Amino acid sequence: MVNLVAKSPCAALLPLSAGNVTLTEQHPDALTSVAPFAEKEVEVSASLTVTHGVAYPAVNHAVGKDGARAIWFGQGQAMVMGGKVSDDLVQLAAVTDQSDAWAVMRLQGASSADVLARLVPVDLRSSVFAEGDTVRTELQHMMASITCVGTDCFDIMVMRSFAKTAVHDLHAAMKSVAALSI
Amino acid sequence: MRLTCPLCGERDRREFYYKGDAIALNRPAPDAGTDAWDDYLYLRDNPAGVTKDLWQHELGCSAWIVVERNTVTHEVLSTALASDVKKATK
Repeated sequence: MVNLVAKSPCAALLPLSAGNVTLTEQHPDALTSVAPFAEKEVEVSASLTVTHGVAYPAVNHAVGKDGARAIWFGQGQAMVMGGKVSDDLVQLAAVTDQSDAWAVMRLQGASSADVLARLVPVDLRSSVFAEGDTVRTELQHMMASITCVGTDCFDIMVMRSFAKTAVHDLHAAMKSVAALSI
Repeated sequence: MRLTCPLCGERDRREFYYKGDAIALNRPAPDAGTDAWDDYLYLRDNPAGVTKDLWQHELGCSAWIVVERNTVTHEVLSTALASDVKKATK
């Protein structure tokens, strides 16, 4: 038998750092998109509370912490990070395993909002975008999910096929911002 | 140009995809006849004034949005989720 080795989306690309900002890859156990059927959101929320200890997130919000987090991921949809969801959830929602489909990166450091300001057409400064806030928006030309998970700390998700481009663009912005403080 | 997504809030135009006249929400019945289908598929007004378009928040939440705007002044007058507009007309 051929022994296949699993590679994460950003393998050999990360970690990187420039100035006071670091970019690292995150490795959630599983990623599951959950789109509740009509009027089933409350029951979906109850199921996620049992398996992940988080409720179904409100629009533009994320709940939970590293290891178990639910991120609002667009109209009628959330991305659940952490362990697997309940098998029974398929009765209440459209459930899709996305574990290998998204690159998950963490941008951290005092100037991280300045880095994102060069790539994202949404104000992500801490005064308006705090822990627990999330946006679906554009990162350079890629559709992305950006969540504030702490002070000067953002989780960025892009489709796996964009991993190399996203890392390149983020690194270029990180170096540009770092150059300002030399 | 900025559009207000009912879910995400005010966003840059680059996040949106333009579809066309919001008539797409008023699909005729299959047996409505050739005149109704001809009108639905091919005939469009070209108003100097208020018009309604369908846009998709393509790089954002993926919602379809009905945008009411003025072609003369370029004002965006209102936005609403297409799903809500469709439900209201049923």
